[in-house]
Amino acid sequence: MTTVRLQLNGEACSVEASPVTSLLAAIRQAGLTGTQGACEEGECGSCSVLLDDALVCSCLVPAAACDGARVTTVEGVVAPDLAAALAAHGAVQCGFCTPGFVVAATALLDGDEPLDHATAAHALAGNLCRCTGYQPILAAVLEVDRARRG
Amino acid sequence: MISTDGAVLPRTLAAALAVRADDPVRTVVAGGTDLMVGVNAGRLRPSSWLSLRRVPELQRIERHGSSLFVGACVTFARIERELVDTAPALAAAARTVGSVQIRNAATIGGNLSTASPAGDSLPVLACYHAEVEVASVRGTRIVPIGEFLVGPKRTDLGADELVVGVHLRRTTGEQAFAKVGPRAAMVIARCSLAARVDRTTGDAGVGIGAVAPCALAVPAAAEILASGGSVDDFVAAVVSAAAPIDDLRAPAAYRHHALAVLARRMHGWLQ
Repeated sequence: MTTVRLQLNGEACSVEASPVTSLLAAIRQAGLTGTQGACEEGECGSCSVLLDDALVCSCLVPAAACDGARVTTVEGVVAPDLAAALAAHGAVQCGFCTPGFVVAATALLDGDEPLDHATAAHALAGNLCRCTGYQPILAAVLEVDRARRG
Repeated sequence: MISTDGAVLPRTLAAALAVRADDPVRTVVAGGTDLMVGVNAGRLRPSSWLSLRRVPELQRIERHGSSLFVGACVTFARIERELVDTAPALAAAARTVGSVQIRNAATIGGNLSTASPAGDSLPVLACYHAEVEVASVRGTRIVPIGEFLVGPKRTDLGADELVVGVHLRRTTGEQAFAKVGPRAAMVIARCSLAARVDRTTGDAGVGIGAVAPCALAVPAAAEILASGGSVDDFVAAVVSAAAPIDDLRAPAAYRHHALAVLARRMHGWLQ
């Protein structure tokens, strides 16, 4: 085991990791269980986090290689407008994929260009949802993008 | 020497090569998007990692006149964004890799070192006649892509060597990339095709992926493109270079058929 130092949602934190520990496992061991594990092969996006500001699947990152990295999980995302829009559009049903979508949408909404449906769908294609059929999620994200741009 | 610490993260290429030479058992990792699938499934048990994510020399994109160098740890997200004008077919292939999450982590050096027959960048590198720069403490070698890829998941890389990056010639004229899979995202190619042609200079290249033990250049098809040959001749040349197998993703007959469809469309796009 090796000790890995992270800036986890802005706070310094140390986690113990073996070479086979993923960043996903390390985050959940640190007590932050909002980040979900499902496919563990990068297909579903439910483990999405920001690693040094880049959206990644935390299941595909060896925790031991993250020493010194900044990690933002769903618990570190402050986006009441996005939460409200997701609720208003019925974009949350079982909710399992929601943390991954929230983190992915946060990264997407940080972009410079205004979003359209096709761009948003392409950017969120790495997150699977088995309930909603995606359209409520895309509608919520597009509404937040329009509102934030005034 | 058996390492017990989980990972080393060298800050220079020289330090990374020294670790590679001293401790070749360490599993080399860049983005991790391929290796961690094996780790999570219990198929791969690395005793320790040599992580290249903090080596600045491997993050470089350099343009000198007509040459382009792409460092091994340049991600597909950066290729998609930064090489649209310089290497449009490579940028197009990068855009089809996985998802945003995968493209932000996965690197071109990882694609080369993993050497999957279906690696998305590899047919493009074959069509560009790219050269792979590899290094060890013994020195640096330049290896043509066709000699670097020696079989499915097999490369010419020595036990103490690392991929430093890939050298491309900036090409002129038309170029494109196409790939077949069951959806638009998160697709491992069933077949892929990259091609480029500049009819004023007679310079052309064609590369195929996921239809042979490794991605291949198809010089006979490139010659047909350069000389303005017929679409039927082009399709025949592309398909005759393929040697697909039946596997869990697609039968060989489907890969053959789909490659012919891509070749026909590609010939039209490059007119």
